[in-house]
Formats: sequence, C-alpha cells, structure tokens
Amino acid sequence: MNIVLRIWRQESPGSGGAFVDHPLSDVDPGWMLLEALDVLNEKLVARDRRPIAFDSDCREGICGACGVVVNGRPHGGMPHATTCELSVGAALASAPRPTNGAGVITLEPFRTGAFPVVCDLVVDRGALDRVIMAGGFVTVRTGSAPEANTIPIPKADADPALDAAACIGCGACVAACPNGSAALFAGAKASHLGRLPQGKPEQGRRALSLVRALDDAGFGACSLHGECEAVCPKDIRTDVIARLNRDALRARIRGR
Amino acid sequence: MSAELQPGVPSGPIAGKWTRRRAELALVGPVQKRRHRVVVVGAGLAGASAAASLSELGYETLCLCFQDSPRRAHSVAAQGGINAAKNYQNDGDSVERLFRDTLKGGDFRSREANVYRLAELSNGIVDQAVAQGVPFAREYGGALANRSFGGALVSRTFYSRGQTGQQLLLGAYQAVAKEAARGGLTLLARREMLDLIVVDGRARGVVARNLVSGALETHLADAVVLATGGYANVYHLSTNARGSNATAIWRAYRRGAAFANPCFVQFHPTCLPVSGEHQAKLTLMSESLRNDGRVWVPGQAGDGRRPEDIPEDERDYYLERLYPRYGNLAARDVASRAAKVVCDEGRGVAPGGRAVFLDLRDAVDRVGAGALRERYGNLFEMYERIVGDDPLRTPLRIYPAAHYTMGGLWVDYDLMTTIPGLFAAGEANFSDHGANRLGASALMQTLADGYFIVPPSVGNYLATARLSPVSEATSEVRDAVASAESRIGALVGSRGGLPAAQFHRALGDLLWNHCGLARSEAGLVAALRQIDELRGRFWRDVRVPGSGASFNQELERAGRVADFLELAELMCIDAVARDESAGCHLREEHQTQDGEPRRDDAHFAHVAAWMHTAGGAPPRRLIEPLVFEAAPLEVRSYR
Repeated sequence: MNIVLRIWRQESPGSGGAFVDHPLSDVDPGWMLLEALDVLNEKLVARDRRPIAFDSDCREGICGACGVVVNGRPHGGMPHATTCELSVGAALASAPRPTNGAGVITLEPFRTGAFPVVCDLVVDRGALDRVIMAGGFVTVRTGSAPEANTIPIPKADADPALDAAACIGCGACVAACPNGSAALFAGAKASHLGRLPQGKPEQGRRALSLVRALDDAGFGACSLHGECEAVCPKDIRTDVIARLNRDALRARIRGR
Repeated sequence: MSAELQPGVPSGPIAGKWTRRRAELALVGPVQKRRHRVVVVGAGLAGASAAASLSELGYETLCLCFQDSPRRAHSVAAQGGINAAKNYQNDGDSVERLFRDTLKGGDFRSREANVYRLAELSNGIVDQAVAQGVPFAREYGGALANRSFGGALVSRTFYSRGQTGQQLLLGAYQAVAKEAARGGLTLLARREMLDLIVVDGRARGVVARNLVSGALETHLADAVVLATGGYANVYHLSTNARGSNATAIWRAYRRGAAFANPCFVQFHPTCLPVSGEHQAKLTLMSESLRNDGRVWVPGQAGDGRRPEDIPEDERDYYLERLYPRYGNLAARDVASRAAKVVCDEGRGVAPGGRAVFLDLRDAVDRVGAGALRERYGNLFEMYERIVGDDPLRTPLRIYPAAHYTMGGLWVDYDLMTTIPGLFAAGEANFSDHGANRLGASALMQTLADGYFIVPPSVGNYLATARLSPVSEATSEVRDAVASAESRIGALVGSRGGLPAAQFHRALGDLLWNHCGLARSEAGLVAALRQIDELRGRFWRDVRVPGSGASFNQELERAGRVADFLELAELMCIDAVARDESAGCHLREEHQTQDGEPRRDDAHFAHVAAWMHTAGGAPPRRLIEPLVFEAAPLEVRSYR
C-alpha cells in the first residue's frame, strides 16, 4: 500500500520547523512504523537528502529511546506499547481516513518545555536524568551490602516496587501532560524505592529532592489530569504521584 | 606463550587466587586518587558499575555513552536473570559448581582462574543489587526466588520478571546518578568514541564525537576503561539494539590491543524467526521459557498441519530425545545447532521452514496459565503483539539468532588489555565465557567486572605506572584527532549513492551463511574474498548526506558499518585458523557422527589473540595456552 508520513522536520534546536509530507510506496501494514522510517531514510539517503532523525535502540519496548507523537498521541495510543512496538497498520488505524488512497500518519517529537528539540523527532530528555540525580537512588557504596536474604521483603511490597520500577524513562507522560509535568516519572521512582526497606532511610529526603528537581528542570506542575497514565507504555498508575506528594508532605512536616 | 600476552594469573590453589591478588594489588593514596582521571566508555552494566565504583573510591571519573541516557544501554534488554551461587534452593549449588558449569558451558576455551573468580564474586553482586533496591522476584515469605537456566542442573538464577537487565541497569545507573550528584563523576551522553589516544605505549584518553554538535572532543585520562559491549550486530540482524557497535573496541585493536577469539559468537536458540527483508532486528524470547516450554518439530518433513492437530506420537521433542539429562535446558550452542539440524532436514515449521515450536501446553496443564503469566507476562505480551498468537494456546515459533559475542579484547587477569592503562570490561572483553556463554551469566560477568574487578585493578595500575604529562598539544593526541577527522571526511566525502544499511545487510547475509551456526574452511575463504570486495564497494559507493559538523545519524551508522566490515574479516580469519570445533564454533570438518563439535585439545586448547599490523599486512596470531588444573579437560556432554 501507499502511505504518507507527515513528519516534523527541524534541522537544529535553533532553527524553525515545519511538517513535510513524505510519501512511501509498497508498504506492508505489518511493518513496524520505525521500520517504515528506516525504509524511507534509505530512499532519502540514496537521493542525497537529509534522512529523518529519530531515536530508537532496542526496538522491543524496553530501552525507552524511541518516543514519537503519532497522530497526536505519544507512542501512538496503542495500550502499553512504545513507538517501536507500533506497526504501520496500527498507526494507520488511528490516522484520519485516507482521502485519495494513501493514509496519512503524522509524526512529531515529544514537545514540552523541558525537552528541547534536537533535530526532527529527536528531543533532549536530559532533564529526566537530572531528576534522578537529585535523589532517585539508594545511597549505598559498592562493597558495603549485607547478605541479600538478610532483610525479607514481602512479595506484597516487592511486586508493586517492580511495577513502579518498570518505568523506562521515555518521557511520554511529560509529552502527554497539558502542563508538561513529569510527576508520574518522579513518582514512579519514589514508589519503587520507597516501598523497599533499602529505600526507607532516604524516603523523605528523596521525595523533597525529587519535587524540587522537577521544578528546577523546567517541568510543569501536576494537576492530576491523568493523561500520563493513559499513554504510559509500562502501565504506571497515578497512585505513584499521590505517594510522592504524601512522602514530600510528611517530610516537610517532620522537617526531614 | 607469546611474550606479548602475560595473563598474570596468581599462583597457588584456584580458590585462593583472587584473595591473593587482592592482597597484592597496590593502592593509591586518598589524596592521589583525586588527581587521577579515569575515562569509562560505555554506561551499560559494566560501564555504569565501574564508573560509579571508581568515583566512590575518589577518582575523577568521566563516563561516556552514545545513548541519550545511560539508562538506555543495551544491558537494559537482558530478560531472564543473573546467576549466583547462593544455594538458596539447597539443591547442591556452590561456587565450585557454578565455576565448573561455566567452564564446561564454555567448552573449555576460557581461562580457568577468571571463571573461578567470576563464580566467587557472583554472590556479592546479588547482595549489592538488593542493597541498591533492585526488586528481584520474591517468595511469599520474603526470601529471594530463583529459576533454572540452560546448562545447569541447579536453580541459581535471580530475576525480576522478564526485565532483570533493566532492573540491574537501573541499580547501576542510579549509582552513577548518585556519584554525579556528589560531583565525583561527570556523565557525557550522546558521545561516541572514535579513537583511543596512546602515548608512550599507554592509553591516555579517547577521541569522541559529540553526536549533537558533531564536534570532536578529546578526553585525556590516566586510564581508560572500555565497556562498550559486543559486536553481534556485525550480522546486521541480531538481538542487539540498533546502536550496539564495535567501533570502540575496533579502534583500540587498530591502536595495538589484541583481539581474542573473534569467531566465538553465540546464537541464541529462542528468538523470533526472520520475517521480512526490512526487519530492523530480531527479538529474543527469554531462555527462561525453556524452564517450562518443550521444544519440538513434526516427526515428518513437510508436515503442514497446525501444531495442535499433530498428535503426540508424531512430534519429535528432539532436545529431550538427544539430551535426556538436560533436555530442553541444554546449553545454548547445543540447542541452537539442534534447531538448525532439524530445519535442514526439512522439519522446520511454517512459514519459511526456519523455525521450531516452543510449546507451553504441558506447563499450562501442570501449573496453570495464571502461574505462567506471573513468570513470563511481559514476554507473552511482546510475542502476541509481534506474532499475533497467544503462546498459552499456540506454541511459540522460535529460531536461533546472533546474540552475544564471547570474543573481544584480550585482557589479563586484571582485565587490562595489551595496551597498558586500557581496561576492557563486560562483553567488550573475551575473558570468562570461552566458546559458549551460559544463560544469565552475562549480567553476572558485567557486574563482577564493573563493581569488583576493574576498580582495584585500575588502582593498581595507577599506583605503579609512571605517566608522562599529556595535553591537547601532544603529537599523539593531535594525530588521533586528525585520524578521526579524516575518517569522517572520507565518509561524508564519498560520492556514491547507496545507504550504509545496504552494505550492512549484505555483510550480515554473508557472515550468517559462512561464519554462522556452522562454518567450513571453503565457506570462510569465500567469505573473506566477498568481504574484501564488499568493503571496496562500500568506500566507493556509500552515501552520507550532510556533514560531520552537526547531528547526523547516517554518519553514525556509516562509521559503524565501516568498522564492522573490517571486524568481519578478522572473525573469518580466526574461524579458519581455529581448525577444530568448540562450543559455538562448529567447523563442519570436525564433528562427531551425531553432529556434536569435536574439540582438538592437543592443538587448540588456547586463546587466539590477534594483533593488528600496520600497512595492510595480515594480523599476527598470538597464543595464550589454557591450562586446566582445577577442572580437568573433559568431553562436554549434556546427554
């Protein structure tokens, strides 16, 4: 089949950008969307045109590198899937109905104040790393760990900790949020570590640091809109935000 | 043994070697530590754990990665688990047994003392990860849970659902974040190492390209750690992430680091089969599925029936038939080769005939669908999304794919390469897995290297080395920058009209056919001719739009393919020279009647380490003889 990829093209952070239509013929709807971009890029390169810049690495939904707004939805709106797990057929399903034969898939970067565009569909998500650096860790030195089974952790704590730790740091939650908030991202880290005994000693300090870092990194405030949860490829729930806020509030009251 | 290869293994009984070495290693004083700068290239499990630990010790540490964040390094994709000899299951495990399983799994082509140390360090890794808050699977009572992996009769694998690599990586990444927050470590993302700086024969830094601005940067240091992963992407289609590449270790080889056993490549038995020519990569289904799944093909060639319509007595559970003791948990190379054999017999399953069934039916009957979802939920979702079948109703279709490279930079017992001051950790080195790696051992090795071996070894080097002052003006530094510049210039200056990906696909096809699951001298010689020809065409016909002075992903791709085209040649040269079969390396000339590899211990019980020679002359083959004192050589059998 023939499709049109309507792609945001922007050469550099400072330059302006615009949507450009890139028609692509002989596409199999079973191809993955990013494979269609690979094919388009080979054609562009052969004509000495600048290929589409986009991030992707593992192509199996775990590294969090890919992140494209597909037809207006971060990662294309398929439940619990990243952009790299989206087929052309699935992307077409959410596209406007084709007018003259070719379906149009619209691709644009994760736009939000804290993620400047680097080139085309590539954005700088370094702000997420800065949030983790502010306190998203357990302070433990290599070599000072006790025997692993010393502290039993109830399965009822370990499982939800892993549910929160499943965050891949893709930034879709921020891109979907009308405020550009990364509360789901920070909340996931606070929940992951806060539910485990190893993370308890720093729970309050961590929550305060994360909340402060969100502001410093330029993310917006959370108004519990819930768009983040709807687009999260790893099914992180907004209760992690409540947890982060509760931890931060408690730490403020206790002064630690 | 060649004078150029000094393994430096401590003397004495194997169980005391590491303890002795640790006591011997020279220490750097606390004040001196701050004055030493160490560059770590790569931020996966090996790189992040090394960088964080070096920074904790007080070294000024710089960590580079090509991804936009260290949390994305390909270690993140490891699914099944990490081995440790805790013996929590009381099933007879011990350091001794993990050592012997790993050595035997590698078909006696690894350095015994390194493997023993790996087993010894395994328990401390799990302790460390738990302390960092890695959420491993737990029993209801709160104790850590285990599962079984291939090549072992005990249950020693620790896991976090099907995302163990991700969780361990987040632990190491958060340790890096902690050190960056403290100010001991500087993290530079979106940097690709393009050359190694060698001054007076010592590694003194790297030349890296800032992938956003295109600028070439020099990062000078007193020691360099390469933790840049393996080179399975040389096959184009592999389970590796798209960006995984060999450039850092290949540039180090070109600067004088010996490259060991390049032909040792692992083909993972449980991957989704190739589906189309535009496919970007192959998807792995964790080997842990072999705990509960039974592998089979129809007994008759050309059986077109659906799997559920094939009666029990017309199915061939070939792994259970051939290897009754290990059954579906035979080592990876054994399981992969067996799949190829049944498919070559025409018994592979549709479409294309290059796939076998992995059937969970009996496990569903035994433990129930709910329990299996609990164990493998995210894998089932991934499979269903890609293939459209529910693995709990229809058997999975799987086939081997290039997955992991046991070969890599040669390192001594301290993980130092033949270039003083250059260390290699994780998959980038050759050290512990011989001719085949066991499942759940890669994570173990990366973290043993990064947390526990590299930090004291780097200290020992810095305490004893006499380093001359180096600056941007030093001629060797300027040369390295100029050489990276001219390579970029050649790529963007080529006036051809073909994208690098086309050459990569062609290279992958010919390596898969001639240096893949089975190899022969005739095939390898033909491949060498074709690689040479392909490389000529690459430099004539490649097209890289744009310039080197900006964000340019096509330039990144082309540079990596250019290096793969050189590395592929060394792999084939090594595969020809290793005129025996061992582990993953099946030379068709050397197999038993049942198709099992036949080792030639009299002539090949050694590591082959290749040294680059200038001026286009063939590389030199150095030998490190392998001695087996603690675990005597035996014929490997999983029957």
